[in-house]
Order: sequence, then C-alpha cells, then structure tokens
Amino acid sequence: MNWLQTVLVLGAAFLAVFWQAAFGGVRHLLGAQIDLLPPLMVYASLSTGITTVVLLAACGGLWFDSLSGNPLGVTVLPLFAIGLAICLFRELILRDETFAQLVLGLGASVAAPLLTLLLLLTMGHTPLLGWGTLWQLVVLSVGGAVATPICFGLFGWLQRTLVHRGDTASSFRLDREIRRGK
Amino acid sequence: MLRRPHYIALGLIVLLTLVTLNLPGHTTARLKLGIGSLFLPLFGLAGSTQQATGIVEDAVVTKRELLKLNEGLRRENERLQLQAMQAEETARENARLRQLVGWQLQTSWKLKLARVVLRDPANWWRTVQIDLGSRDGLKVNFPVLTADGLVGRVSSVTLTRSQVTLVGDPNCKVAARVNNETHDSGVIGPSGPLETELVELGYLSRNANLKSGQAVLTSGEGGIFPAGITIGKVVDVQSVDYGSRTEVRVKLAANLNALQEVWVMLP
Repeated sequence: MNWLQTVLVLGAAFLAVFWQAAFGGVRHLLGAQIDLLPPLMVYASLSTGITTVVLLAACGGLWFDSLSGNPLGVTVLPLFAIGLAICLFRELILRDETFAQLVLGLGASVAAPLLTLLLLLTMGHTPLLGWGTLWQLVVLSVGGAVATPICFGLFGWLQRTLVHRGDTASSFRLDREIRRGK
Repeated sequence: MLRRPHYIALGLIVLLTLVTLNLPGHTTARLKLGIGSLFLPLFGLAGSTQQATGIVEDAVVTKRELLKLNEGLRRENERLQLQAMQAEETARENARLRQLVGWQLQTSWKLKLARVVLRDPANWWRTVQIDLGSRDGLKVNFPVLTADGLVGRVSSVTLTRSQVTLVGDPNCKVAARVNNETHDSGVIGPSGPLETELVELGYLSRNANLKSGQAVLTSGEGGIFPAGITIGKVVDVQSVDYGSRTEVRVKLAANLNALQEVWVMLP
C-alpha cells in the first residue's frame, strides 16, 4: 500500500502549500509563516521509500515556488537534501519517539529555508533579509518541530483507517504441539 | 551510505533543478502561473470561507449599529460629492491652463477592482496574487493601489491571475518625493523582514529637509508609477555614516497586511 501513502503525502503537501498562501493568521501574529513541507519531508523520509521523497521534493517544491516570488525550482533541492540525509540514517533513528520527531522537525525546518536562501543568494537574488530573519527562523523551526509529531500522528491514523491490515500468522504449529498424557 | 537508487534520485532532482532554474524568464513565469493554476479549485473554497465569515459577522451586527453606519456613510457620501464637484472644476481649470501654456493634458486614472486571493508563502518576498489577468487587460508593471495609498506593481500576468509585488519587496523600487518646501526626492526600498508597515526612503540629497509626519508621494520618475499617489508618511529621520547619508523610515498609508481588494491602474 505504498502508493496510497505516496498519494496521501502529496495531497497533504498540496494542501499545506495552499494553506500557507491562503491563510495568514500565523504570519500576522508572529511575523512569519510556518512552512509545513519540511515536517512532511521528515515523515516521508522515515516512513516511505526514496520514490516518495523524490516526488514530495519535486512536487512540493514546484507548488511552493509557483505561489511565491522564488525562482521556479529553487526549493526542490533543499527539500530533497533534507529527505536524503534522513533517509540515509533512518535505521539509526527512533522514528516512533516524539522527541526524535521534534528534533528532526526542528532541524529540517531550519535547514530548508537556510539552504533555499543560500541558493537564492548564490544565484544573485536579493531576498528580504535582516535581523528579523533570525526571529522568522525561530518561528519556522518551532512551528516545524511542533508540526512534525502531529504529521506522524495524522498519517498513522490515516494508515490505520484506510489500509487493510493483513492476518498475522499464528505461531501455533501442529508438529510442535505438546500432548498431555493420561 | 548512498546506494544506486539514491544516486538516481539525486541525479533526477539535480537535473530538474538545473532545467527549471535555467529556463528563459517568460517561460518560467508562464510555467509558474500554470502550476499555480492547479490551486484554482481551492481559491473558491477560500473565497467561500471568507464569505461565510462575512455573513456571520453581518448577522451579529444589530439594526441600530447598521442605521448609525448608514447615516455616517450618507454624510461621507455627500461630503465626497461636494469634493468631487470642486475637484472637477479644478481639473477643468487645470486643463484650460495646460492648453494655454501648451503642456500635455493629464489623463484621468482608469481603475479596475481586483480581489487578493493568495499571499507569498515564503517569508523573504512580499507578493500577492490577484484574480485579474491578461483577459482583463492587465500587463506587467501596471501600478496597484488602494484608496489609502500605493500597494505595488503587477509583476507577472496569466490569463486569469496576476502576481503583484508589494512596496517593501526588494524587487519593487519606487521613485518618491516628500511633500515639503524643497520637494526632496529619493527611492523607496525595503526596510526589514518584520517591519511590514515600514519602508525606507533612500538616495536623498545630503541637505534634505525632512521631518516626521511629512507626506511621501510617488514622483512619477521611473516610468511605472504616475506622480501624486500617496505612499505614506515620514516616521523618523536619522543621519548615518557620520552624516554622509540620511536614513528615513516611511509608514505606508495602505495596510499591506490586511489587503482584500485592490485597484489596478490601467493606462
């Protein structure tokens, strides 16, 4: 049922990008909009395969850039870099631990905008930067850290609700049955 | 460590990035707005949510408040009608005098109302998307404003939607003049990432005579914005770099955080 997970992740990314562009409540309140793509990437890289990571980076990045002033495609590489880095060490990460999810969400939410800004500056663009950017990074990282366990919880629930669980094989074997004597 | 599928994935992503970043400008703009059109079904949803909020708000307002509001609007309407009459007379007089002197006649502004549908999801740009496009006659660099003041300029256009770069974005520079005795002029640029209501007025002459509260208007230089559109008011003036430069912060007249409807100025 990998394809269903991929579809769910891409659907969530689509809605997340739209939410970021359409609803500015967090931006008005805290001065920065939370980015939900890095938390989604953390989930995808820990729970799905490399194909989903590639699709999420490509589609999520292009959707994000299409609604923003970014040059098209600039967000794709930073998102994929985060996904690949987590993918490589996924066997060493306790993915079910909320603390691990928080830390990974925090790291990914800082790394994604920093890498994107680095690419933008390398390409000669002049994004709006200043001391306020530090505050924006704090909001992004805390928001991303909180969103990551929520993401895991939501997808876990969707998985339990939508995916049929196969029968678990019984450990009982006839040839090993101990028969009680008279 | 990296395995074969990882290398393939990395190659694909690098290729995609290189291709998209190296496309010609007009192709990228079209592609961007084409991909953005995927969100069209959700625009309706967002619009309906706003409408529903409006209906709930309307239901809460009492009849007494509505009557009071109506009375206030009636009086304001009468006052504005009188002002418009006076302005018409001044415009006629202006036209006669321009004809006598031999100056080119001023054309009146043609405006089109647009609804703001989306904001920039990135924190380092200030752009919005509006629901008018090339089919409504919009083109790149058309000025955008509200009744309070200047908002920005149209930066890219598709058939049904356009992107507006707001004042305060690094890609929207505005030639401005201060409404004082010396008519000091400069260029409006960004102030900071968190100061959404403030912009910086730079490139001022060293002996500029500026005080807080003075109005800042577009100067008409640069060829994009016509002269006389209100930008904001001077908030503070600081002499920096041992007096070699004057830094002026301007509070924008238009509230860019709460933009719902804007006017696009057509030539």
